[in-house]
Amino acid sequence: MERRTFLGAGAGIATAGVAAPALSQGAVARTLRVIPQANLTSLDPVWTTAVVTRNNAFMIYDQLCAQDAQGEIKPQMVEGWDVSQDGLTWVFTLREGLAFHDGERVLAKDCVASIDRWRRRDPFMQVLWPNVAAVEAMDDRKFRFRLHRPTPLILLALGQTQFPCFIMPERIAQTDAFQQIRETIGSGPFKFVRDEWNPGQRAVWEKNERYVPRQEAVDGLAGGRVPKIDRIEWTIITDPATSASAIAQGEQDYWEYPLHDLLPMLRRNRGVVVEQRLQEGTYGICRFNTLQPPFNNPAIRRAVAMAVDQRDYLRAVAGDDPAGWGVCEGVFTCDTPLANEVGSDLLKMHNIERAKQALAAAGYSGEKVVLIAPGDYPQINALSLMTADIIRRLGMNLELISADWGTLIQRRASKEPVDRGGWSIIHTTSSGQSLTLPVFHLFLRANGPNAWFGWPDVPEVERLRAEWVEKGGDLAEGRRIAEALNREAMQAMYYVPLGYYWQPSAWRRNVTGVFRAPATVFWNIGKS
Amino acid sequence: MFAYIVRRVLATIPVMAIVALFVFSLLYIAPGDPAAVIAGDQATPEDVERIRQSLGLDRPYLVRFGEWVFRILRGDLGVSIFTNLPVSLMIQQRIEPTLSLMVVTLLLAVTIAVPMGVVAAWKAGTWIDNAVMSFAVLSFSVPVFVVGYLLAYIFALELDWLPVQGYTPFSNGFGPWIQNLILPAVALGSVYIALIARITRATMLEVLQQDYIRTARAKGAGQRSILFLHALKNAAVPIVTVIGIGIALLIGGAVVTESVFAIPGLGRLTVDAILRRDYPVIQGVVLLFSFVYVLVNLAIDLLYTLFDPRIRY
Repeated sequence: MERRTFLGAGAGIATAGVAAPALSQGAVARTLRVIPQANLTSLDPVWTTAVVTRNNAFMIYDQLCAQDAQGEIKPQMVEGWDVSQDGLTWVFTLREGLAFHDGERVLAKDCVASIDRWRRRDPFMQVLWPNVAAVEAMDDRKFRFRLHRPTPLILLALGQTQFPCFIMPERIAQTDAFQQIRETIGSGPFKFVRDEWNPGQRAVWEKNERYVPRQEAVDGLAGGRVPKIDRIEWTIITDPATSASAIAQGEQDYWEYPLHDLLPMLRRNRGVVVEQRLQEGTYGICRFNTLQPPFNNPAIRRAVAMAVDQRDYLRAVAGDDPAGWGVCEGVFTCDTPLANEVGSDLLKMHNIERAKQALAAAGYSGEKVVLIAPGDYPQINALSLMTADIIRRLGMNLELISADWGTLIQRRASKEPVDRGGWSIIHTTSSGQSLTLPVFHLFLRANGPNAWFGWPDVPEVERLRAEWVEKGGDLAEGRRIAEALNREAMQAMYYVPLGYYWQPSAWRRNVTGVFRAPATVFWNIGKS
Repeated sequence: MFAYIVRRVLATIPVMAIVALFVFSLLYIAPGDPAAVIAGDQATPEDVERIRQSLGLDRPYLVRFGEWVFRILRGDLGVSIFTNLPVSLMIQQRIEPTLSLMVVTLLLAVTIAVPMGVVAAWKAGTWIDNAVMSFAVLSFSVPVFVVGYLLAYIFALELDWLPVQGYTPFSNGFGPWIQNLILPAVALGSVYIALIARITRATMLEVLQQDYIRTARAKGAGQRSILFLHALKNAAVPIVTVIGIGIALLIGGAVVTESVFAIPGLGRLTVDAILRRDYPVIQGVVLLFSFVYVLVNLAIDLLYTLFDPRIRY
């Protein structure tokens, strides 16, 4: 008998309040206890873009098609698709046996309604939507896209991981895309247990016994999504040290985002596996406000970039072990087809003295630099403090403001000068997935007032992006455009890529079937 | 007395109204935008604006405040912006862990601290007194989260006697319930033990100098009787006051303790809501806390009459 059991029994007998613990040993063996990266506050993957909501949605809902480990789009709910000779009609056919959690069959009209709601919020599909004449159900199992012009990227949009197109029953999918849905009925491998949802504490899913997985082996997010565990319980633990202790003690089975500082301790524990699960790293971004001095001057932005050494940033976030991070001095995700460093020479200087000279030559005259650091986001905070250090060493007039993330995301929307509540530099992070293609690369956009915060206005970047959307299907042509984009972005330097770090996960050694994927998903995983 | 209680209860209404106005106004002017949090990085400004409209965040201050007050008067705390769940349900889900933590902490603190203070006063100037006061200084000086980590390391990680984190509802049995509460209650209670012990000692020292104590000794009363019947009862008013203040402070301390031990209580609910700018939740929880403060103060005032018959309202 374990000491804890003994103590528990002793206390129970002493007080005559004997009762079973929350989970019996058998139940523990059939339950995967997970510490997710964040609190699950919303369940609607269209209404909010929160990654934790998307990960929850992968359990509840299914996708028409999905990305495999190589990033290729493979059929998931659909048997396959047929494209007409002229490329203007795509017909998708659903697999047999698909059913929602309420027992209703998944029909083509459900897919059409789900696509229609999703496309109103997905930036990728919004770019392609002008090419779409109609999406319509042909019968119960077939639906089609009718296009004004050939648009091969339709498939990538439908199968993407960043903002996936999840299929809901038509009556739910008819909800306005800016209102939250009130039901969680999907056709995915797990069913959400709404009665046990206590936001901030716990979220629970149960195996969908009627789910019919594909027969292929799991491959990224493609292949068979086999639910191998009866129950998945997310417990929200906000304190990283407590999370580490809970994993070490076996009170939890899986920790999605362990703090890098605690990885050595976890690795020393023989009962715990620490490995990279996500296929891409997390990329750091330093963003300038191009509307206000001093960073409305591209030469000053370039001067700061000359002083940046990504390795310093990445050590600050992920520690000294070079296996935990990677230098990537271009705007596209490294080791993906469009990755290149054409024109990235400035980023390779890593020279504070030359940066000082460039700053003087650019005409910097002591304008205040307001840098906002989010104290409640350890990684982004570390990136911010590194830039603050560079700005100081360059002799610039820095005001470092520490704020919480909620304050930062409101203040970053301000286009005012710094003395009227504006800002000069902010930082953020992004999944590598989101930076692989120009069509959804948020930080590359340079369409002035409609660009991401900082609002760069570089018409050539926008022209190249539009050209890529049109010709990106041709690999050689797509590559040429990507190189031109990198060159333009480095010349304008409205954001500084800060490299990437790996975000490993940790799980107990008795957790089986863990596989690499573009997102954290829990099918195929069991416990021995 | 009854009239006094009624008067005090009625007096809570303007207090609550002022708190409500203050909280609403503070949140209105505070930086932060829940629509931007919901919309995420990829959203266009138009998308953020549409979400803001759908949440009613674009309406004027007075309209929003009026609607909120009207709802509160009907007993409706509103719906969380993020979870779409009623605030009252979210509070209901979180109240048991916080209440449990506070009750166990308070029981622990009073049970340990009062005898400690009494003994320290009785043995004033001896090593016992010095030891008690040293403990008090140490407990005051070490932050709650440090005590928490230390306890978790020793009793959960090293000795494996107690769980590291979590909360088991009382309905699952006293054993599992108390197992999860021991470490957080000790961590949170250490400060209150110190506080109550010090006040008890100081008050007891003063009371023990009084003539009636000398008289009791002269009449041959035993030491225990003198300490606990004659002296402690007369020293009770300041001690009860400090315990009352302690209850109010516990709510603040619970925020840290709940985070360290992953207890899903009201403290964490409040912090999460503040970080996300979930206004209805923040407003609901702060109103509840203010109501509890007012009630605790009332209870303390009434307790005075029990310990000191000279006090009459």
